[in-house]
Amino acid sequence: MNIKITPDAAVEMYRTMKLIRRFEEWVTVLVEADEIAGVTHESVGQEAVPVGVCSALRDDDVMTSTHRGHGHIIAKGGAVPYMFSELMGRESGYNKGRGGSMHIADVSLGIYGANGIVTAGMPMACGAAFVFKSRGEDRVAVSFFGDGGVNHGLFHEAMNLAAIWELPAVFICENNQYAITTPIESVVKVPIHTRADSYGMSGESVDGMDVEAVYTATRRAVERARDGGGPSFIECQTYRYVGHYTAERHMKLNYRSEEEIELWRQRDAIEGWAGRLIGQGIWTEDERATVDAAVERELDEAIAIARQAPWPETGSYLDYVYAREYPGFPARGSDL
Amino acid sequence: MRRLRYLQAMNEAYHQEMERDEEIFILGEDIRGNLRGETYGLLDRFGPNRVLDTPISEAAFVGFGTGAAMAGMRPIVQFQIATLIYLAFDQLVNNAAKMRLMMGGQVNIPVTYTVMATGARNGLAGQHADNPYPFFLHAGIKTICPSNAYDAKGLLISAIRENDPVGYFAPAGCLSQRGEVPEAPYAIPLGQGQIKREGTDVTVIAVGQMVGEALKVAESMSSEGISVQVWDPRTLLPLDKEGVCSAVAKTGRAVIYDDANRTCGFAAELSSLLVERVYDELVSPIKRVTRADVPIAFSAPLEQAALPSQVGLANAIRSICG
Repeated sequence: MNIKITPDAAVEMYRTMKLIRRFEEWVTVLVEADEIAGVTHESVGQEAVPVGVCSALRDDDVMTSTHRGHGHIIAKGGAVPYMFSELMGRESGYNKGRGGSMHIADVSLGIYGANGIVTAGMPMACGAAFVFKSRGEDRVAVSFFGDGGVNHGLFHEAMNLAAIWELPAVFICENNQYAITTPIESVVKVPIHTRADSYGMSGESVDGMDVEAVYTATRRAVERARDGGGPSFIECQTYRYVGHYTAERHMKLNYRSEEEIELWRQRDAIEGWAGRLIGQGIWTEDERATVDAAVERELDEAIAIARQAPWPETGSYLDYVYAREYPGFPARGSDL
Repeated sequence: MRRLRYLQAMNEAYHQEMERDEEIFILGEDIRGNLRGETYGLLDRFGPNRVLDTPISEAAFVGFGTGAAMAGMRPIVQFQIATLIYLAFDQLVNNAAKMRLMMGGQVNIPVTYTVMATGARNGLAGQHADNPYPFFLHAGIKTICPSNAYDAKGLLISAIRENDPVGYFAPAGCLSQRGEVPEAPYAIPLGQGQIKREGTDVTVIAVGQMVGEALKVAESMSSEGISVQVWDPRTLLPLDKEGVCSAVAKTGRAVIYDDANRTCGFAAELSSLLVERVYDELVSPIKRVTRADVPIAFSAPLEQAALPSQVGLANAIRSICG
């Protein structure tokens, strides 16, 4: 298959990666300012993976995401005003403020939810893929998870289910080299992508700092799934420049060196992609500056919208648990 | 009216609902092989796309059901042994049960979990004899425990039609029992308990296979001049709070007969509810006759000692009706 990226698509990939990067940097600012509560996990450095993967998907394909999911949501078409509103706990957020950073979902965009439990989305993607296959639709379900997830029982169970039933699923392992602070080579004995072999599934490892490499591998896997060729497994070698979660920046952990972080920064996906486009003469520095400025404006406006957005009514705290409610359920904490 | 076994009543509900709605499919271990009888004929009638045999992967097949529900279908996920829900606990409690609220109501998760042979006896020992429905109740999962063939069919149909996750616990001791079951489909609404026997001195609230035992004890107590009422909640969540309160208010005395563990069990919750709601109507303390808080031992005398018994129930009744 000859997979080409049009100039417009290439610029859009840049814009989306930049939007994710700056979104995450804004999240850090807003967490530090106590405008976002809870725990947020930024994906700074990993942007090429969600953008490369989701650029290979159609709108009616679905995906499941992770605790480090902001990039996946944006790449699948999530709108940043609703995302910031959700992160700030507002009624106008994607999940009406009920989910927050780790649970953002928009089922109408095929986003079956970020998930705070490692690999929890994998079997859900299998279930969706089964529905597509049994209805004769050529839609595909993608599941993102981290390198730490490959030692989870659900990983093995879901990989096997997808393989034996030849489901149109694509499993994306974002190998950012650390499960929080645990180096992946200390907990996995083999190259991660080779695990696919044991399920009878195609597996490959790609440079996750190269959006084109991620896109190309995903396109191949997606086309195979649409054509009835079953599931695939893609390991994307990537890196997060920042901590596991926002507050780690103040914790002075030493599980990795500044030198190591700097080596990965020198391979930055966004700078690298911009350099290639400009070097090939299909883009200019001025055009890049225009896109960057538009990204800044989009985020500024989104944050302003979220800050003005209403909080949920406290009286609604029992809403949305059940599709069908019964008198007295869900139970309140007090009868008084 | 024709009489069916509990398992046949379940089987008829499966057939009729899958006939009615082609979005319904069933999955689990040994479904096609019809291990017990309740899935008899499903594969022949509905084909392999709607009757799935899964690998031994409980967590994955529960998550699979959640994903299929989000994509618009109505899965029935069957556990062949009640304790196997523990293997899928995160997918049940942390995902399926929470998904609707976490997503702000974007999706419904219309999945029925049929949990077969709950509370099994006769030497199944430590890992196959639990009655784990209190875990579902604590997690806020709608939960049903039908005590007879008629309720088994009507409540299974309601569970399948509910747009939320529902746990359906089929007690081991009830599965082979026969009862009158109409052939035409019928739905028993969730949240409606039922007086199985009228009485005036004490209300025994019995769950699942304890209902049949309570009815026997009630008969024998009449010779002692004690009039025992038996109330069956049928649905544990949502619970028919009005029904249980009015049943107990009528007799002024209550004994809860439940085959789940005692601490933080269903009996504990019911007891609190009654104290909160009908304290002024009570003429004696509420009594609980439950399982002991121990793993079930293999040896028969030890198993018997740990389980709630008819003798124990009779003694509890006498202790407050003397």
